[in-house]
Amino acid sequence: MSAPETLLTDAQLAANFADIAPALTNDAALLEANKCLYCHDAPCTIACPTHIDVPAFIKKIATGNLRGSARVILEANPFGHSCARACPVEVLCEGACVLNDRDEQPIKIALLQRHATDYVLEKKLKLFAPGKRTGKRVAIVGAGPAGLACARDLRCRGHDVTVFESKPQPGGLNTFGIAEYKLKADVALAEVQDILDLGVELRTGETVDSIDPLLNEYDAVFIGVGLGGTKKLGIPGEDLAGVIDALTFIEHLKTHPYRATTVGRQVVVIGAGNTAIDAVTQAKRLGAAAATIVYRRGEADMPCYHYEYELAKRDGCGFRFNAAPQRIIGNGSAVAGIEVRTANGSETMPCDMVIVAIGQGSPALTWPKDNPRVFTGGDCANGGAEIVNAAAEGVTAARQIHERLTNG
Amino acid sequence: MADLRTNFAGIQSPNPFWLASGPPTNTYGQVAKAFDEGWGGAVWKTIGEPIINVFSRYGSVDLGQNRMMGFNNIELISDRPIAENLKEIAEVKRNYPKHPVIASLMVESKQKAWHEMVKQTEDTGADGIELNFGCPHGMSERGMGSAVGQVPDYTCQIVEWVKEVATTPVIVKLTPNVTDITYIARAAVKGGADALSLINTINSIVGVDLTTFEPQPSVAGKSSHGGYCGPAVKPIALHLVSAVAGDASVKIPISGIGGIASWRDAAEFIALGAGTLQVCTAVMHYGFRIVEDLIDGLSNWMDERGHRTLADIRGRALPRVAKWEDLDLNYHLLAHIDQDKCIKCELCWTACEDGAHQAIRRLPRSNGGPVVEIIEEACVGCNLCAAVCPVQDCITMRQVPNDYPPVTWKQYAAGKGKLAPRSEHFHTAVWSRTSK
Repeated sequence: MSAPETLLTDAQLAANFADIAPALTNDAALLEANKCLYCHDAPCTIACPTHIDVPAFIKKIATGNLRGSARVILEANPFGHSCARACPVEVLCEGACVLNDRDEQPIKIALLQRHATDYVLEKKLKLFAPGKRTGKRVAIVGAGPAGLACARDLRCRGHDVTVFESKPQPGGLNTFGIAEYKLKADVALAEVQDILDLGVELRTGETVDSIDPLLNEYDAVFIGVGLGGTKKLGIPGEDLAGVIDALTFIEHLKTHPYRATTVGRQVVVIGAGNTAIDAVTQAKRLGAAAATIVYRRGEADMPCYHYEYELAKRDGCGFRFNAAPQRIIGNGSAVAGIEVRTANGSETMPCDMVIVAIGQGSPALTWPKDNPRVFTGGDCANGGAEIVNAAAEGVTAARQIHERLTNG
Repeated sequence: MADLRTNFAGIQSPNPFWLASGPPTNTYGQVAKAFDEGWGGAVWKTIGEPIINVFSRYGSVDLGQNRMMGFNNIELISDRPIAENLKEIAEVKRNYPKHPVIASLMVESKQKAWHEMVKQTEDTGADGIELNFGCPHGMSERGMGSAVGQVPDYTCQIVEWVKEVATTPVIVKLTPNVTDITYIARAAVKGGADALSLINTINSIVGVDLTTFEPQPSVAGKSSHGGYCGPAVKPIALHLVSAVAGDASVKIPISGIGGIASWRDAAEFIALGAGTLQVCTAVMHYGFRIVEDLIDGLSNWMDERGHRTLADIRGRALPRVAKWEDLDLNYHLLAHIDQDKCIKCELCWTACEDGAHQAIRRLPRSNGGPVVEIIEEACVGCNLCAAVCPVQDCITMRQVPNDYPPVTWKQYAAGKGKLAPRSEHFHTAVWSRTSK
């Protein structure tokens, strides 16, 4: 990459990437927990893909039973720590809170969930134990939230689990892909470690090209490989230095000291999904003078969540709608601008860095859809969703695998 | 603006709000500040032979994040010399002649001791005397406080001794730690009391530290039962005030005490017969400044309701305090849910299903419409759903008219009157099955 290093100081960078939703103090958590009405058949619980019993865990915070509270959360969702930080709660549990209908702010469910789960992480409490050994063996491909959620519940049921991960570290997008100001890699890895400590065999750096050998060696196979790399734009200039895909940009940012990630002065992000927002806000927070979303369709068509759009606006990011990228203009090997087609014809936007965020392609691995010993979950199965969906699907698959291995 | 002036057993006060005998009335500085902020009167912290207090002396009960819902203390009477207290009372009276100061007294149960104490006290210019026959802790172990107030004969005897020399009104402060407070009230009247005040604090242990197993408040690892007060005790106090005010042989004024924190509390005490109100815990929590809204709120409410003086409202609820056997069995109620206001928390359902009469039916959330509805033939109109509903006026109790004249249990048991038809015992397996 030819784009330069940030001009911000270390203190500015630390502030820019600090938790966007800081932890509640103990007093604030008690105050908030006591506001919960303790609904029956609660809409928040229904709205959660993992159906965490939200009123139950909040009530336990109110009574000072943090260990029990975390147990309720993590039993339903093995990724309760990271979901507390990265879940789109505005459209899930908090959006469903009945207090919205009383013209009040919803209960801060995510922060309360973080309060309880932080407690067990900080105290290093072990809430789960491996089940009695069954001798059944399950291979899991991909150490992201789907695979590890499945691994956690299989270990609790006594099955042997081996997880294959092509990257050097586990966690998948939890570790490498969530905006730094929401979830830091060390928290994601600590959460993963808790699962691995149940006796999961993790084989990093091993890419599974075919599941056939696994089917021979294991009783069942779970596939949670996620999606493929970011799609190509298919326009001239895409190979210039200074053009990077969003996932690579974010992964670099999350796995290096902040100033080791280069950022342009004028950054253009192509795409308007949630990953595009993560890219544009982090480019701005990394020190870009201007960071602008370029989107071929209109404001109302943006696939990102509304509150993510609001966040990017608050961060001072720009938005250019109805502008279809035609060509990335080079100056030697560097980026000098991007040509877009608008309703008024072609136009050139000067920039020195282009981040591509137009969605991920299909995974490289293929698998038979009709083999009863093959199970799937997460982005590779649902086309790309949230951590909480991946966790829910991993948990469901674990239950199905267990049923198959014990009854089948 | 409503007239809040009060004549209580001959004691004139600019308003009915008095500080109760306790920590807020321990010194000249406190009482003077309270009068500056608007308090009508003050009952001085109980004076007697000085005692020595323990350090740790208050304990608190929180309700969720609401602090001091209940409160208790193991503090004794004033630990300041009698002469010092009396000097300061005289000083207050000199500087605040229009504000009544009542001296609360507690001495050993000897005629001479009481005579001397009363005389000394009246020399200060105090407007009246309150006899502390109620403190349930510490002093009772020494034969004073509630040890006197729990025995009608002792109560009567000491009131008689006091009345032998007193020239100002004598108020007897009653303890609630008895089986029937009216016996003690009558004994005080018999002894010649000019007024009563109630309730003193209720015997209590506020909690146990679960790390050390020390009861609270802990004094070097141990605690003692103490006097419970604060908002939690108001319903008990309201009942006891009404019991005494409604007793035909007690026809003397009553100063209401027990958990008063707002003008609403005050108005309820007055409606049940209180002439003045005494406040302590709320001041210990929020300071003297609360008197501003006590006065403002009471006055505004009286204006809105057309009550001009406190006499217009005093005792207005008393005729409605009845024996259970005189309640109308043919007054039928039904819960009504305003579905437009319902926020679908289902608290009413879970309360009724598990805790009452299983008279609410759940409807699937997936329907998109109402999630709860009253099973009218099962509803006994108990009020529980309305009590748990977190939305104001969402669940209301509505009378179901019938053609039957009122009938009380007393009448019905005597074979007079007819019960209107009612659905009995609907809370059986029938509804628990259908409401799943």
